Amino acid sequence: MQLTLEFGGGLELLCDSVKIHKVDVDPQTEEEKVTMKQLLPWIRTNLIKERLEMFMKGDSVRPGVLVLVNDCDWELSGQLDTVLEEKDVIVFISTLHGG
Amino acid sequence: MLQLFRPCSGFLYCHRLPEHVSTGHTFMEVNGNGVMVNEASKIQSEIESLEAKKAQIDLRISALRAQLNSSNSNCVRKERATNTNDSPSTGVSSNGQLSANMIYRYSRHLLLPSFGVEAQANLLNSSVLVIGAGGLGSPALLYLAACGVGRMGIVDHDVVELNNLQRQIIHTEANIGQSKVESAAAACRAINSTVQIVEHKEAFCTSNALEIMNKYDIVVDATDNAPSRYMINDCCVVLGKPLISGAALGLEGQLTVYNYNGGPCYRCLFPTPPPTTACQRCADSGVLGVVPGVIGCLQALEAIKVAAAVGEPLSGRMLLFDALSARIRVVKIRGRSLHCEACGENAIMTAQQFRNFDYEKFTQSPFSTSPLKLNLLSEDARITSKEYNERILKGDAHVLVDVRPAHHFKIVSLPNSINIPLGNLEGRLSEISASLEREEGNKCVDTSRGASLYVICRRGNDSQRAVEFLHRMGFTSAKDIIGGLESWANDVDPKFPTY
Ligand SMILES: [Zn+2]
Repeated sequence: MQLTLEFGGGLELLCDSVKIHKVDVDPQTEEEKVTMKQLLPWIRTNLIKERLEMFMKGDSVRPGVLVLVNDCDWELSGQLDTVLEEKDVIVFISTLHGG
Repeated sequence: MLQLFRPCSGFLYCHRLPEHVSTGHTFMEVNGNGVMVNEASKIQSEIESLEAKKAQIDLRISALRAQLNSSNSNCVRKERATNTNDSPSTGVSSNGQLSANMIYRYSRHLLLPSFGVEAQANLLNSSVLVIGAGGLGSPALLYLAACGVGRMGIVDHDVVELNNLQRQIIHTEANIGQSKVESAAAACRAINSTVQIVEHKEAFCTSNALEIMNKYDIVVDATDNAPSRYMINDCCVVLGKPLISGAALGLEGQLTVYNYNGGPCYRCLFPTPPPTTACQRCADSGVLGVVPGVIGCLQALEAIKVAAAVGEPLSGRMLLFDALSARIRVVKIRGRSLHCEACGENAIMTAQQFRNFDYEKFTQSPFSTSPLKLNLLSEDARITSKEYNERILKGDAHVLVDVRPAHHFKIVSLPNSINIPLGNLEGRLSEISASLEREEGNKCVDTSRGASLYVICRRGNDSQRAVEFLHRMGFTSAKDIIGGLESWANDVDPKFPTY
């Protein structure tokens, strides 16, 4: 399944400073669907190169990271239970405090 | 679409030639009244000199008006402390009519069918508090003053510094060392002497926040740190004020409106503060000046929309700005959370709770942007920049490792230092060993002691982390230079550039 993953607000520094990643993620079995719960460990293994604690805490994202599935806060689609579909765009953005 | 194209008639007027341009060529020979060429050029130069004088007089008049206005608003401020509910004197008469001056000044707003007299009158009757007169606050304040909000408060406790001017466009070189609030207020008055500007030259904190904010309708968060953002949010929740929140760092910006019309507050979105390592500051990470400029302008726009009651304020949505890729994305965010500790059903924060809340402890980061000062090492593992200088002068054999990131090293560095960024130290220990051996070979060294190893960074924090690591890796004589290059500039070489 093709997904576009984007990192912003400094999170891109954890994955070689690349902001946009076009990736192929497949469910563990054919009937199963990929949810955010499966995507996060996939990202941890395949994309995050350093300081994992800046991206994850437990099995979710760390406080201060907004997750957007197709430009919509993942709180509105079921957080970790959000079911992903072909060509979905998932954005991870760290909240900024500077001014 | 029709509405968009209507202002075209205004466009034509704007491009009418100024009068003095159209007649100049008739003086070339003899004009209609028989004036000769020579005389004509005399007249021309007299006109020019009179116009220059007139411009000077105009300038003086507007400066005096601003002065008069500011002393008036000082009086008003004192009265207002006891009575906060009266509406500011704004040029809107009791029957809601704008004065002739106001009509002329705001004519381009009045001509907008979707804005017009009503929205302008709303704006003139509104008050906005801008917290922070820095990168975000600068453009926000300039536009809010220009557009005619009735009363505007400015909070900041900082003074203007040279390294602010790259982005804090409200301040000028002439105001370096002056309070940011005074500098910003003067700039706003120069643009629009009819706006009441209230100066709050103090840090915004739990002991004064409620009292200051209570006097305004709308709050603009233009601060630069996490504890302030939580504190301002909670204060807005306690007092029921809409919050226009903007942030910028590096080449990205974010914008949203909190606590507006049943929408979420900052804590609904971020109930748990981020780890301190995720709270980067412009002073460390850098920021392209125009990026907070863009976000600050958008904050002014959202404040104007809320104040004038036009359009759809950016509530329940967030704007994400990526300057490098020229991308702006507006995303939908969650609504008000029932469990929110500030605005949730069971937990509306009270004024008393707010006053007692420790925001620095909650976020584990300080309000002030003054840099962190670590103290990781024992005294014998550190030397001052002065001592280091003395050892150089004595010709002591040594190696100096600069552990700043490479792009910092490119800005400025000490002669003969080698750059190994902290993150790469582990993989480049052999370079240190080689340098130490080379140094011992070059200079006559007491072989029992060998060449010394010193570590430096920008302010003396990373150098301590590096020395700790080097000790563990067997470089037991490594010492950090206390206070880094900043102390070198302060205590040894005042000409050494700081950044
Ligand atoms: Zn809330």
